[in-house]
Amino acid sequence: MLSIKNLHANIDDKAILKGINLQVNPGEVHAIMGPNGSGKSTLVNVLAGREEYEVTQGEVRFEQQDLLELTPEERARAGIFLAFQYPVEIPGVSNINFLKAALNNVRAARGLAKLDAMDLLQQVKDKMQQVKMNPDFLYRSVNEGFSGGEKKRNEVLQMLLLEPKLALLDETDSGLDIDALKIVADGVNALRNSERAIVLVTHYQRLLDYIVPDFVHVLSGGQIIKSGDKNLALELEQQGYGWLTEARA
Amino acid sequence: MAAPQSQLTNLLSQEYQHGFVTEIETDSLPPGLDEEVIRTISAKKNEPEFMLAYRLKAYRHWLTMTPPDWAKLKIDPIDYQAITYYSAPKFNKDAPKSLDEVDPELLKTYEKLGIPLKEQEMLAGVAVDAVFDSVSVATTFKSKLAEKGIIFCSFSEALQEHPDLVKKYLGSVVPHTDNFFAALNAAVFSDGSFCYIPKGVRCPMELSTYFRINAKSSGQFERTLIVAEEGSYVSYLEGCTAPMRDENQLHAAVVELIALENAQIKYSTVQNWYPGDKEGRGGIYNFVTKRGACRGKQAKISWTQVETGSAITWKYPSVLLEADNTIGEFYSVALTNNRQQADTGTKMIHIGKNTRSTIISKGISAGFGQNSYRGLVKVLKNARNARNYTQCDSLLLGDRCGAHTFPYIEVKNPTAQIEHEASTSKISEDQLFYCRQRGMGIEDAVSMIVNGFCKEVLKELPMEFAVEAQKLLGISLEGSVG
Repeated sequence: MLSIKNLHANIDDKAILKGINLQVNPGEVHAIMGPNGSGKSTLVNVLAGREEYEVTQGEVRFEQQDLLELTPEERARAGIFLAFQYPVEIPGVSNINFLKAALNNVRAARGLAKLDAMDLLQQVKDKMQQVKMNPDFLYRSVNEGFSGGEKKRNEVLQMLLLEPKLALLDETDSGLDIDALKIVADGVNALRNSERAIVLVTHYQRLLDYIVPDFVHVLSGGQIIKSGDKNLALELEQQGYGWLTEARA
Repeated sequence: MAAPQSQLTNLLSQEYQHGFVTEIETDSLPPGLDEEVIRTISAKKNEPEFMLAYRLKAYRHWLTMTPPDWAKLKIDPIDYQAITYYSAPKFNKDAPKSLDEVDPELLKTYEKLGIPLKEQEMLAGVAVDAVFDSVSVATTFKSKLAEKGIIFCSFSEALQEHPDLVKKYLGSVVPHTDNFFAALNAAVFSDGSFCYIPKGVRCPMELSTYFRINAKSSGQFERTLIVAEEGSYVSYLEGCTAPMRDENQLHAAVVELIALENAQIKYSTVQNWYPGDKEGRGGIYNFVTKRGACRGKQAKISWTQVETGSAITWKYPSVLLEADNTIGEFYSVALTNNRQQADTGTKMIHIGKNTRSTIISKGISAGFGQNSYRGLVKVLKNARNARNYTQCDSLLLGDRCGAHTFPYIEVKNPTAQIEHEASTSKISEDQLFYCRQRGMGIEDAVSMIVNGFCKEVLKELPMEFAVEAQKLLGISLEGSVG
């Protein structure tokens, strides 16, 4: 589904990614871990097409397409979803309007008709229940005045609604209390099936108790320095990253 | 970062959609202005004597005046002798008595603009007065309104049928000496709308005037007068478009509103005059004086404007809060793209006691557009307990445009409470990326963000207009964030 080969990327002429190789197949969940500043967020943002990053080398293919050739909206329509680490506020735009615009664009790309207002509302309300969000949030401005946890749940709500093929989660667990963490994890697990893939960036093993990954990768200095199964995360929890980064040095 | 900027640039350059010209025979005066021209206009309209006297008085005063130069606008000198002051579609008879007598070309013009006069008469709950160049060509729903005693007709007709009302109120809010453009308008205005709501009547439908400039190098000088008697209510809308032409055309209108005790007037404008091309060639000079007077206690006047067109906009819809407990409101969205310039705002003059005013202004600048908010809040000596709240937000799209704020506050009574809030922001790359990552194209994303920014103002518009205005904001921005 997703194939990353020797990916290098800069921001403001500073090299952040220095040769990433990663293969993600349908049905798999990959966790990306690693110390601060190792390039985890950069990786998912480059995949989503954020334009302040400059790709200097390498290749990314997503379902036979050259992903790097696509605009951010084309990637979204092709089925890539990024749950933001810092969801953005859009004053004056109601959540429901935002969801409608997003969903209809993604549906159009899949050859589906626009949802009428009633169907849309029904779908949205069902998914909101799933992430335990009050329907009042539909009529508030996108993320404006939301708490950290509410913003993250709003991201998961959007993800459930848009049903992406590849979901990228950028530290969706950061700043969440244990109840909110469970809600977010339940949302992600509900999306898991044999056709979808999930790549989640996290600092803490904690999230992986709830979303059990098939693979864990350690990113350091812009490269994946170690890959393993879920047990690698437990090792990291106990020993930190030192033993890996030192071994390389 | 270069990529999104250029995409935004493309986005803000969509063409003006109402730029066509109607081929129609006109009855026009040659360009130029002197007393003879004014006498001719007055004679053509068979006006009562007081009207001609008023015009001449205004003209003589105008000759002593100079154009205002305090606005933050670059205006090429205007040759007032090169303007045609009267241009009217030629009718077979004197004037059409009903829609059936209106030239089909004209009806087609309004249909093309999305205002099918015939259909409107049958379907929508909006009465329309259509003003084409210098004259009103059709007014719908007149008889239905007359049942309630409401007068809604062209200004020319009002002068024939209701001269006493016109005489009583004309110039009572905007005197002919008020300013250069108001004086010129008083001298040469050719038509416009007149509206009178009798005591205690709630006007059952929206009243609207649709202004269209068609003729080349003609100016449009219309006059609108709305009188709301005690305890009455009216919601009034105006819309404006013009063909694309290379030279600038002058539009100098005057609108006067009078609200008596407990009356309420809601006046909404969606202004989409031709803005000129990308290099700033052509476009309408929109120099307009709009003012309302709350003359009776508890009267309320609200101005809502969405200004997306015109090469230059100079306009300050104001409220004189003359009586006690009166309320004035001003809600504005002004958008400037390419080389457009706007200097717009309001004046709230607190004269009576316990008067309240609210000002919400949203300025959007894109391309090389320059957008200024200029507002005066004045509390006179006897205006105890006056309150004003002003909020003034600017949104910049790109880094070659400008936003400016000029608030003036003059308070002569210590009990006044005045609040002023202002903000300036840029559409952020984060907001754009967030929308795009959810599948929206740049155009949709910008349009959504801008509409969100304007929401507090758009919600004040009557529903049908709000939808139009939202679309217009999207279109006016296409191709310009840079």
